[in-house]
Amino acid sequence: MIAATLSRRLPRLPISVFIGLMILFLVLLCAIAPQLVAPYDPLAFDFSALLQPPTWTHPFGTDQFGRDILSRVIAASQIDLQIAFFATTGPLIVGSLIGLFVGYFGGVADAVFGRIVDLVVTFPFLVLVIAIVAVLGPGLINMYIAIGVVGWVFYARLMRAEVQVQRQNEYVAAARVLGYSVPRILFRHILPNAIRPVIVYWVTDMALAILLGSSLGYLGLGAQPPTAEWGVLVADGKNFFTQAPWMCFFPGLAVVVCGLGFSLTGDGFADLLDVKR
Amino acid sequence: MMVSVEPLLRVNDMHVSFETGHGSVRAVDGLDLEVRAGEVLGLVGESGSGKSVTLRSITRILQPNARVKGQVFWRGEDLLRMSETRLRAVRGAEIAMIFQEPMTALNPVLPISLQIDEALVAHTTLGRAARRKRAIELLGLVGIPAAAERLDSYPHEFSGGMRQRAMIAIALAADPALLLADEPTTALDVTIQDQILKLLLRLVDDLGMAMILVTHDLGVVAETCSQVAVMYAGRIAEAGPVEAIFYHPRHAYTHALLNSMPDSSAARVALKPIPGQPPRLDRPIQGCPFVPRCTWATPPCESRPPIVTVGPGHVSACTAAHRLPSRIVPA
Repeated sequence: MIAATLSRRLPRLPISVFIGLMILFLVLLCAIAPQLVAPYDPLAFDFSALLQPPTWTHPFGTDQFGRDILSRVIAASQIDLQIAFFATTGPLIVGSLIGLFVGYFGGVADAVFGRIVDLVVTFPFLVLVIAIVAVLGPGLINMYIAIGVVGWVFYARLMRAEVQVQRQNEYVAAARVLGYSVPRILFRHILPNAIRPVIVYWVTDMALAILLGSSLGYLGLGAQPPTAEWGVLVADGKNFFTQAPWMCFFPGLAVVVCGLGFSLTGDGFADLLDVKR
Repeated sequence: MMVSVEPLLRVNDMHVSFETGHGSVRAVDGLDLEVRAGEVLGLVGESGSGKSVTLRSITRILQPNARVKGQVFWRGEDLLRMSETRLRAVRGAEIAMIFQEPMTALNPVLPISLQIDEALVAHTTLGRAARRKRAIELLGLVGIPAAAERLDSYPHEFSGGMRQRAMIAIALAADPALLLADEPTTALDVTIQDQILKLLLRLVDDLGMAMILVTHDLGVVAETCSQVAVMYAGRIAEAGPVEAIFYHPRHAYTHALLNSMPDSSAARVALKPIPGQPPRLDRPIQGCPFVPRCTWATPPCESRPPIVTVGPGHVSACTAAHRLPSRIVPA
């Protein structure tokens, strides 16, 4: 049955989605088995090859300790993919649940929720996240907390709007009149009908999370050196920017390409799931 | 046949109002209603006369801005004051409901089998295999051919008429004693309408259910119901046995309504609509709500006419009750 569904949908799969999925597949491969893909140990110093420009032996060049940039970019994909997933999935779950409840019950909870949304969207996202990390202290875990504290609002808002539409549908009244419990109506009946725009937003949000994670890494608020993370790598390279621009360029390129992968895939999901944005 | 003394469902002086930004709207204004076991009651009226709101008040599935007052006795228990837990046991198991739009009343993401199964899980103690057998039996009962093969279909794979049948199958899953049907045939084309009505009637007979059939189609009422209640502006205008209402209407509104029905024996005769509009419900109505459109109105109509008995089991709230002529033409 799955195969039948796929074969019906695959021919419509546009080339952009195909490229997006290919990119994500490559990044995933790098993250799962860096030792298979990377030509060198990302932490091995080589004092005979300091600040080498890109050559056949070091395609992305080397840094001030002679470490292979390509291997470091590949090793960093592990952390960045982790950021993309955890920084969005926590908000996805929490936000969807809150959106589901306030959308269904309305009333005081909904009014309070509305004020919280107003409050959060008043601040630029990055500024708010940086402020929270600054209070909690830098580090990956604190970064997840900061993104989660702000990010759930967007999922909840999306979910709430969709639930309010679904709630008006007769099948909800039918479920109530059949004597089903509220949790059953919420999770079995409304959630599967309301989740699609949220899923699409989730995939697109991963692109933003990659950018956000490396921004915070660059600013020294996210992943801490010596952890290889694309933002951290760019920050490492900025001191040698005039002599060795490849140290910044390739990790930066990795951020762009990976972000593109998520964006293209997210757009494809939107088309496949027929979500209007 | 013995007539049971205590009705299955008794609605007593029910008021329903909706709080809106522009004040409150009185959708139902002092409604009394009785349904006995095995009886089919037709609830007729124009759009906005409070028919659907009445059904939804009985099962308490109105939007949160609705205020319901009065009593709704179900087998002696007041549904409006029942605890949520007790109410959930009554809903589905004892009182079931089917809706106007079979397109939206089924959950689009769940196969029919799951939707029937869910009702069986909620209200019966059957095991998995027994539930599947019962689900096939139910689909067969409502006249879906090759029920076993169609069981795992999704709602979008069904036609409108089949969806309404599936909806009925779900409603019947727990063997309810009362079926509330909210314009179940309005969204269907005429031939399917007839099939669904015949199906409902057969089920009522076979299963010994009672049914409240909400409709604005008098033809449907004449065909299916034993009792009729005519609603106007949230009140009962007239109620009684179907023959009494059709041949000897005792309310000016019913009379006008029956006269406005197209006559199938004479083609190309101009229709006789009731002039004017129903009254606005967002301000209090003094007296009989039909007065502005009524050709029989007299000064006493300016104060609310009491509901009086005008025949065996036949009540009316009209001062002109005994001045109205009987109708010779059967509807």
